[in-house]
Amino acid sequence: MPDAPLPPQNHTPQLDARGALAHLLCIEGLPRETLTRILDTASSFLGLADREVKKVPLLRGKSVFNLFFENSTRTRTTFEIAAKRLSADVINLDISRSSTAKGETLLDTIDNLCAMHADMFVVRHADSGAPFLIAEHLRRMGYDDIHVVNAGDGRHAHPTQALLDMYTIRHFKQDFSSLTVTIVGDILHSRVARSDIAALSALGAGEIRVVAPQTLLPRAVASLGGASCGARVFHDLRKGLADADVVIMLRLQNERMNGALLPSAREYFQHYGLTPEKLALAKSDAIVMHPGPMNRGVEIASEVADGQQAVILNQVTFGIAVRMAVMSMLAGR
Amino acid sequence: MNLAIRNGHLVDPKTGLDRPGDLFVSQGKIIAVGAEPPGFRAEKTIDAAGLIVAPGLIDLSARPAPLASDLAAAVAGGVTTLVSPPDMEPTLDEPERVQRLTRQANDLELARLLPLGALTRGLAGERLSEMNRLAAASCVAFSQGKSPLPDTRTLLSAFEYAATFGFPVWLQPQDECLSRDGVAHDGEVAARLGLIGIPVSAETVALSTLITLAADTGVRLHLCCVSSAAGMEMVKEARARGLPITCDASIHHLHFSERAIGFFNADARFNPPLRSERDRDAIRKGAAAGEAALSSDHTPQKQDDKQLPFGSARPGATGLELLLSLTLRWASEENLPLPKALAAVTSRAADILGREDLGHLGIGARADLCLFKADDAWTVAPDTLVSENKSTPFQGQTLLGRTRFTLVDGKVVFAAA
Repeated sequence: MPDAPLPPQNHTPQLDARGALAHLLCIEGLPRETLTRILDTASSFLGLADREVKKVPLLRGKSVFNLFFENSTRTRTTFEIAAKRLSADVINLDISRSSTAKGETLLDTIDNLCAMHADMFVVRHADSGAPFLIAEHLRRMGYDDIHVVNAGDGRHAHPTQALLDMYTIRHFKQDFSSLTVTIVGDILHSRVARSDIAALSALGAGEIRVVAPQTLLPRAVASLGGASCGARVFHDLRKGLADADVVIMLRLQNERMNGALLPSAREYFQHYGLTPEKLALAKSDAIVMHPGPMNRGVEIASEVADGQQAVILNQVTFGIAVRMAVMSMLAGR
Repeated sequence: MNLAIRNGHLVDPKTGLDRPGDLFVSQGKIIAVGAEPPGFRAEKTIDAAGLIVAPGLIDLSARPAPLASDLAAAVAGGVTTLVSPPDMEPTLDEPERVQRLTRQANDLELARLLPLGALTRGLAGERLSEMNRLAAASCVAFSQGKSPLPDTRTLLSAFEYAATFGFPVWLQPQDECLSRDGVAHDGEVAARLGLIGIPVSAETVALSTLITLAADTGVRLHLCCVSSAAGMEMVKEARARGLPITCDASIHHLHFSERAIGFFNADARFNPPLRSERDRDAIRKGAAAGEAALSSDHTPQKQDDKQLPFGSARPGATGLELLLSLTLRWASEENLPLPKALAAVTSRAADILGREDLGHLGIGARADLCLFKADDAWTVAPDTLVSENKSTPFQGQTLLGRTRFTLVDGKVVFAAA
């Protein structure tokens, strides 16, 4: 029996009627060509950082509002740098401490900022789906020229992180189709993992593996990445690392370390921490990635974090270029 | 008053009657079906040509709020009796509150409202409510609505006390701990969208407790809003053992799976959550096999409470006006004969309530009737819904079946314009 016809919100809301990118809300539903174009565009911005004048005028006169309903100095800073290098005016709103504390709803806040002639909202929110609500509201209100970039929503998505991860992988490994990519850690709570899996799947990665104890995996984890390219699940890190080309370590939040999900950080490190000895099971030229900030001695040993195979600081550099690419493609003239 | 309903097509789910015929009503009761009784003089006649004449629908779960607009919505949807859970505003845990609600409902002279009293005071799950006083104030059974009762010792006492006086208990099977913080079925969609999942085990663990305690105490137990295939199977098995257990499922779980959430559609947030397609198919089969009644689980929410990130949006939707059309849609999709399909919202619901005077067209039954045109298409939209709050995942869909007349106790309480 077919489902009753689906409500309109089932359509990927980030592409406009012509299939062009209107918002960047998640990776899911974006065609491979769009992802590749973002990575190619990022590539063209990468040389900019070495020039004496690091700016291009693509977003001159545009106002980018950083709406961080959840604190993250680091991510906010990279978006701010990216916007400024595109010559945009950047307004940082630390909303976790202002409007919402006074009882203003999310959409009231958005209406107010629209009235200030915003061109782009970069949104970080603790609730999965918040940027979708904003994008849908803008559509309903007829603000077709205001763009939303999801800078992380709850456990759902962190598309710019996934794009910079893909940029990093492409930079070091070129072709995705032959790669085995192993993602290790708290998949259940990780928006980075969800977006990475969606991106790897869209770009045709050879094999996607996830490694975690069952308490840190969503029940339907094998369905992530879609039917054609589902994630393979491992509970044993050694097996999950065997012959991997890329290892993505996830941050374990402090509050999850000692409770019902895990007995202790010590025991976690013993089974799921990346040590040089375990990394040796991967391919000899495997790269090690981490979205930061790292917990040394919890998910990753310092010898690995500072070792030859780690590309964690490259990720940060590429992150700015990728965010410039996304912003310029959304709002650049 | 004597009333004749002529030229209609009679459908009585209780007897399987499904043929053209006239119906005669006197003093609020059905006095004849088919041939006009000798000496009958109709003071009023309704021409039901082209209409199905069926018992009025009985909705086993509806929270009418605001009362006037939702009771008007009920009769516009052919619903003549609705059962209201105690988790309304205010909570139905005091006889005075129940009396006030039923008085207000009676004064409106629309649908019949049967309140469920709170099983525990304030629905807090700690102290038993005054069940006898509440029953005297017209409560037909006792329930926690959607509030949990995690203390199994208190649950056992509540069952024992209710069983002592023969009061039925109506509960939604949902383990408090396993559903804590959850907002969606713990399946593919929750995994993809990063939503906190409610596993099927939240339902089956609770069912196991409830069925065990019901068997131990002999309480008459009705299970509300069963949502999973495994849950339906457990209820079926308990019934096969001869336990006095019944259940219902909502029209939302009958028609939608978790996929209706799409990209965070808050209109598809329900408690219990919409589950997998397999679960939905089991609900459809269970209702068709007569194991479950259907309810609208009408839980209207204001627009402001839905325009929030999915996990913060309130669960529930308007449903009273959709019950008939969605029952018909299910019937047509599953190729069910009309009497069999309508049984899920009429005679089976009356049986669950233990009301022999409701839900059928037999002589002596209350003349609660729904006269509808089965092939009338209409589109669910804010301006076609009478209910004040319009949120529903069926918004924009075209459905078949529109009520033309609704009668309660032989009195026309709704006539389509």
